[in-house]
Amino acid sequence: MSSPLLDVQDLKKHFPIKGGFFGGVTGHVYAVDGISFHINKGETLSLVGESGCGKSTVGKAILKLFPITAGQVVLDGKRIDDMSSSVLRPLRRRMQVVFQDPFSSLNPRMRVRDILAEPIHNFGLARSGAELEEKVGKLMDTVRLPRDAVNRWPHEFSGGQRQRIGIARALAAEPDLIICDEAVSALDVSVKAQIVNLLQELQERLGLALLFISHDLAIVEHMTHRVAVMYLGKIAEVAPKRSLFAAPKHPYTEALLSAVPVPMPGKARERVILKGDVPSPINPPKGCRFHTRCPYAFDRCRVEEPPLRPVPTALEAGHLAACHLHDLSADRNPLAVAKGQALLAV
Amino acid sequence: MSSAVLSSAPPQEVAAAPPMGDVLPPVKPRRGLIGFVRRNPTMAIGGFLLLLMVGVAVFAPLLWTVDPTALAPARRTREPSAMYWFGTDMLGRDVYSRVLYGARISLIVGFSVAFFASVIGLTIGLVSGYVRWADSIIMRIMDGMMSIPSILLAIALMALTRGSVQNVILAITIAEIPRVSRLVRGVVLSLREQPYVDAAVAAGSRTPRIILRHILPNTLAPITVQATYVCGAAMITEAILSFIGAGTPPIIPSWGNIMAEGRALWQVKPYIVFFPAVFLSITVLAINLLGDGLRDALDPRMAKRV
Repeated sequence: MSSPLLDVQDLKKHFPIKGGFFGGVTGHVYAVDGISFHINKGETLSLVGESGCGKSTVGKAILKLFPITAGQVVLDGKRIDDMSSSVLRPLRRRMQVVFQDPFSSLNPRMRVRDILAEPIHNFGLARSGAELEEKVGKLMDTVRLPRDAVNRWPHEFSGGQRQRIGIARALAAEPDLIICDEAVSALDVSVKAQIVNLLQELQERLGLALLFISHDLAIVEHMTHRVAVMYLGKIAEVAPKRSLFAAPKHPYTEALLSAVPVPMPGKARERVILKGDVPSPINPPKGCRFHTRCPYAFDRCRVEEPPLRPVPTALEAGHLAACHLHDLSADRNPLAVAKGQALLAV
Repeated sequence: MSSAVLSSAPPQEVAAAPPMGDVLPPVKPRRGLIGFVRRNPTMAIGGFLLLLMVGVAVFAPLLWTVDPTALAPARRTREPSAMYWFGTDMLGRDVYSRVLYGARISLIVGFSVAFFASVIGLTIGLVSGYVRWADSIIMRIMDGMMSIPSILLAIALMALTRGSVQNVILAITIAEIPRVSRLVRGVVLSLREQPYVDAAVAAGSRTPRIILRHILPNTLAPITVQATYVCGAAMITEAILSFIGAGTPPIIPSWGNIMAEGRALWQVKPYIVFFPAVFLSITVLAINLLGDGLRDALDPRMAKRV
């Protein structure tokens, strides 16, 4: 593969907390604290993690819906995070977004035609009114909605239909990458399946890359190529789908996967129960962020933050984990000792 | 690859979409006046009373009135009768004619203040809600203005100038602007966080377009409702200003002026104060009913109630 479509390097987004008598900054929420990943053309990367770990912030930061604190975002070789909004605007065409809530993601006072025409108009993708109308019609075909529904208002549609309109709006800009921010989480199961299949079909037909932000591991396993697991503003593990689901290397991923229900009555996984709650992103733990809840934590985890390192024992290449357990070059790796052996063998 | 989205979609691949009728039940609201009244009873009553009042004001000369400023000292302080429906005041002027002509002043002041305060408040609120650095400056000024009760602010402004209908409108408008702009600012602050605004940014829309297409249309419902309340409040403020002699000049018959002049006699000749007061109350009630009805009708979640 040539250079990736999207390359994110050490992205940070800290939200200031305002308070005090004069409204000064009293602290920061370290929502995203130095994450790096890339997405290739036509590839699906899923970003998973529990609520509040910073998944959605990553999506919005890439779209530059707010300025980022540090790091860089490179779209197809061009650095976009430091561009002025007027320079960035034409490039926005290549990255579109589908949001979670199908009700608040469509302007209630615009007809479907105007919603779909907005990106086409903004990016100058139609030369005449007739061409615009034809493109809107084709978009409706693409997301399997009747063409004559363009005259309707968003509130006349069901949740699944609205999500199709949201996808059509994203497609209207003819993008290379669509960021699906929990795009199917608010839908019920059968509709969810329809939308997921639609996204997969569109990806195949149009060569779209998807950044699929989700907390639903079953859906992720169904549709992704690679997975990045986030915990408290950091990437804990990133790996090809098969390698991650069959042999997770980070203890947090292990725990997450053990919580996915098995679709087989009477059969249950061995659960890894994490103790405690997620620490606050305002004051994240020193060292490894997961050490407060990690069943395997040892001294090094409390002082030294593990970088994302390739895991030598992984099933497939490109499997990276931020965990000291997999740093086999270190002297005092407990994996060499009894208890950890099982982890290595997985 | 990017241009393939629309061009490479062969129509035969696309399954025929189900007819919309199967998916969405057709909505057939009952049409016509009866349907409207049944769906929005408060709005219908308020609208009817207000229309009646506007009709009275517009057609005052045709409604068996006489010159409302004509003095007739010989026939002063007559009780209501077939000749003088609402009686006469201490200068012998016909109270019925004065009340009907007074409706003009009240309605002009109410509607003008509602219009100007809404337009100016909307503009200030949009700027304040969307432009972060301007927000703190504008809102401190508005806070300062709101720390003075609006009636006192209007009195103070009237003290700076001479009494005329235009100056009354100006003074009450200035006093009402902070409330309107605060409301609009609050609505804008919540609207700008809506995902569809983010989607519009991602779709390449510029800030003016976002304000005009995505923010402004969604503020119109609350601003319309607020405008009706401003209208009602402005009429009362106008009456108060006239009553204490800081409003329209006494030569012009406004409800406040009529009541101010009847005040001295109110224990012996209560009808002089009573009739303009009733008209004022009914008008303000009508406007508030209309506002309540509008608020319910413009709520998108209640829009489909049939």
